Amino acid sequence: MVETGGVIRRDLEIVVLDQAQVERLEAEAVNSAKTRQPLYAARKKIFPKRASGRFRRFKWLVMAITLGIYYLTPWLRWDRGPFAPDQAVLVDLANRRFYFFFIEIWPQEFYYVAGLLMMAGVGLFLVTSTVGRAWCGYTCPQTVWVDLFLVVERAIEGDRNARMKLDAAPWSARKLFLRMTKHAIWLVIAVATGGAWIFYFADASKLLGEVVTGTAAPVAYATIAVLTGTTYVFGGLMREQVCTYMCPWPRIQAAMLDENSLTVTYNDWRGEPRSRHAKKALAAGLPAGDCVDCNACVAVCPMGIDIRDGQQLECITCALCIDACDSVMDKLGRERGLISYATLADYNANMAMATSGGTGPVNPALVRTPSGSFAYGLAHFHLGKIFRLRTYIYLGAWSAIGLVLVYSLVTRERLELNVLHDRNPQFVTLSDGSIRNGYTVKLLNMIPEPRTIEVTLDGLDGGEMSTVGIDPPPSRSFSIAVEPDRLKTLKIFVRQPADQIRKPAQSFEFRIADKASSETAEYTATFNAPEISR
Amino acid sequence: MSSEHVDEISGVTTTGHEWDGIKELNNPLPRWWVTAFYITIAWALAYTIAYPAWPMLSFATKGILGFSSRNEVKNEMAAAEAGKAKYVAAIQSKTVSEIAADDALREFAVAAGGAAFKVNCVQCHGSGAQGSTDFPNLNDDDWLWSGKTEQIQQTITHGIRFAPDADTRQSEMPAFADVLKPEQVAQVSAFVASLSGPVRDKNLIEPGTRVFADNCAACHGENAKGNRDLGAPDLTDAIWLHGSGEAAIASQVRAPKNGVMPAWVDRLGETTVKELAVYVHSLGGGE
Repeated sequence: MVETGGVIRRDLEIVVLDQAQVERLEAEAVNSAKTRQPLYAARKKIFPKRASGRFRRFKWLVMAITLGIYYLTPWLRWDRGPFAPDQAVLVDLANRRFYFFFIEIWPQEFYYVAGLLMMAGVGLFLVTSTVGRAWCGYTCPQTVWVDLFLVVERAIEGDRNARMKLDAAPWSARKLFLRMTKHAIWLVIAVATGGAWIFYFADASKLLGEVVTGTAAPVAYATIAVLTGTTYVFGGLMREQVCTYMCPWPRIQAAMLDENSLTVTYNDWRGEPRSRHAKKALAAGLPAGDCVDCNACVAVCPMGIDIRDGQQLECITCALCIDACDSVMDKLGRERGLISYATLADYNANMAMATSGGTGPVNPALVRTPSGSFAYGLAHFHLGKIFRLRTYIYLGAWSAIGLVLVYSLVTRERLELNVLHDRNPQFVTLSDGSIRNGYTVKLLNMIPEPRTIEVTLDGLDGGEMSTVGIDPPPSRSFSIAVEPDRLKTLKIFVRQPADQIRKPAQSFEFRIADKASSETAEYTATFNAPEISR
Repeated sequence: MSSEHVDEISGVTTTGHEWDGIKELNNPLPRWWVTAFYITIAWALAYTIAYPAWPMLSFATKGILGFSSRNEVKNEMAAAEAGKAKYVAAIQSKTVSEIAADDALREFAVAAGGAAFKVNCVQCHGSGAQGSTDFPNLNDDDWLWSGKTEQIQQTITHGIRFAPDADTRQSEMPAFADVLKPEQVAQVSAFVASLSGPVRDKNLIEPGTRVFADNCAACHGENAKGNRDLGAPDLTDAIWLHGSGEAAIASQVRAPKNGVMPAWVDRLGETTVKELAVYVHSLGGGE
């Protein structure tokens, strides 16, 4: 082929030239077979050890209170008389009412709920800016239920070491039995959790009977099923993964922390250099910190992290590592607080002291007096440190919203009146020349008691009302019974004699009054007449 | 590039991808996430098999569950009908007066009648039943054929001057153009107009009275109050079907308009006619 013409020969030359000149690139296909990785990472199992100490006790208390509130609230009763449910907390979706002890909310009063949500939001800012992720560590349902599930796990399978051994062991009758027992109890808790939720939406005892006898609404069973599933999967199976991968809170809360917020902190300045052989090190004239590298803090962590790596996203600040470390420090006869709640500002100040302003490695001798106690000038935590301008602004905003809500709740009307003027036709000429306007009048009796409401016409000379479906003759005032906790819609015709009409649009008032409670309401309406009637 | 490369700072392996010196860490997704991702794909596929989805050339797959939104509508309509059945049965068995006297039934009938009115009646009577010239306003208290519920029902059922219905309301005002002289027409118009308002020439009233007595009183009555048996309007009130004022009255005397309302019972059925009667009665002028 080379002999057939110069063209090909020239091509060959080009090829040769190119091979000499082309730059070799470091490139590899993104899906190259030899570097292909699996899409997922296997979860590393966590076997939290049981901790004990003051934070653990506080967490037990919080757990008992929060679970108690959740499970027991629907069973509290509150007497509202014969015309309203007696369940203290009830979201009555069918009748569009929300009952909370002495408060009853109609749909148009939903702004109370909006206000509460705002308070919850600002409250979270307040809590997070002062005591850090306390919500995550103590009261978040995920934390509480995981704690509960861990209690069951420990009771069935034993503490950390026993569980690790069981997990590593091959399947046997005993392992199968223990696992099935654990999951069965978890499922019972999950069903109870899902079951408790629905009682907030209907009369608890009646609904319980219906659920047990299989006569409850399908939506009740569906809700129980979904919440059973989420409780079991999130609390039993996924645990810390929910916090790390699914929950947006850790990210948002991290943005709200600053150097004066409390976080669970490993105090490197007294702990490092950590050593399992502190005495030997000291004897050899080497510095040795308080940390004996016993890993107790890692073993108790429900998130499976090492707090000594510093503050990290996964840390929910449950403080169990503080308890674990404190008990070790107690045994060693050293001060508690190697791991403690501390602010970043304090930590930095102490670190600067321990490292001579960052010029060297941590030397615990720098923070101690020769007698072994902490040196003067070391930053210690006190409450004043977390109360700063930002805190007071949050506190002020939170209280202001709360006060506005309380004020509007105390002064709100329980008798209301809405009037809709007929637009088509705006007015009707009657045979005697008088003019009639129609109004749709809505009386809102917002208390669970029947009331007799007097409707009065105020203004509009010579005007008289008549009502469709109610017999009393045309008048300027009539009384009507309104059912408890209900809205009554009336069609009211107002008629004015021709010779009393002064202008095409006259204002007048509908007034309503409850004689018994002397509550009143009024609505300014317009009476239309044709131009020629004047 | 090797997949074994480990990032020094994070201790995490890299994927081997590098852009301008920036290497991508390999932090793979957790298994539950990936599993959920695959489940959504499987779910989506199963969904398109269960429900109508795949477009073919001339049709689309029907889905093995047999779902169709038309059936949904049909079922919902059937459920709505079933919900109304109780009221409809009561309306069928009761008279319109009984319906109007029962709060719940009246409320239902007014709503149902209002809906039927919007479809069948607004073309002439207006969307607010306010009528217009030549088409009566149903809100007022002036009735040609009585404003009692039963009578309204009779009117809607058989219509007015509606030839195909033997029971239709029948009456016709004759044309007086050939009977009365033009000045007599002017005189009687002035007289009739004077019954409810001022007139231009008071001198016409007195001779008009005589013309009225001779020609009009037979139907409209001695006192011009009308006669509901004949559908003859009350000429003393403020309401004028074919326009107020002497000119309009004169025109109606010379060559009267006689409006026609069709009979509705064959088209709407007795139940709807009853509902319409209750609705019209509730507009404020019912007697």
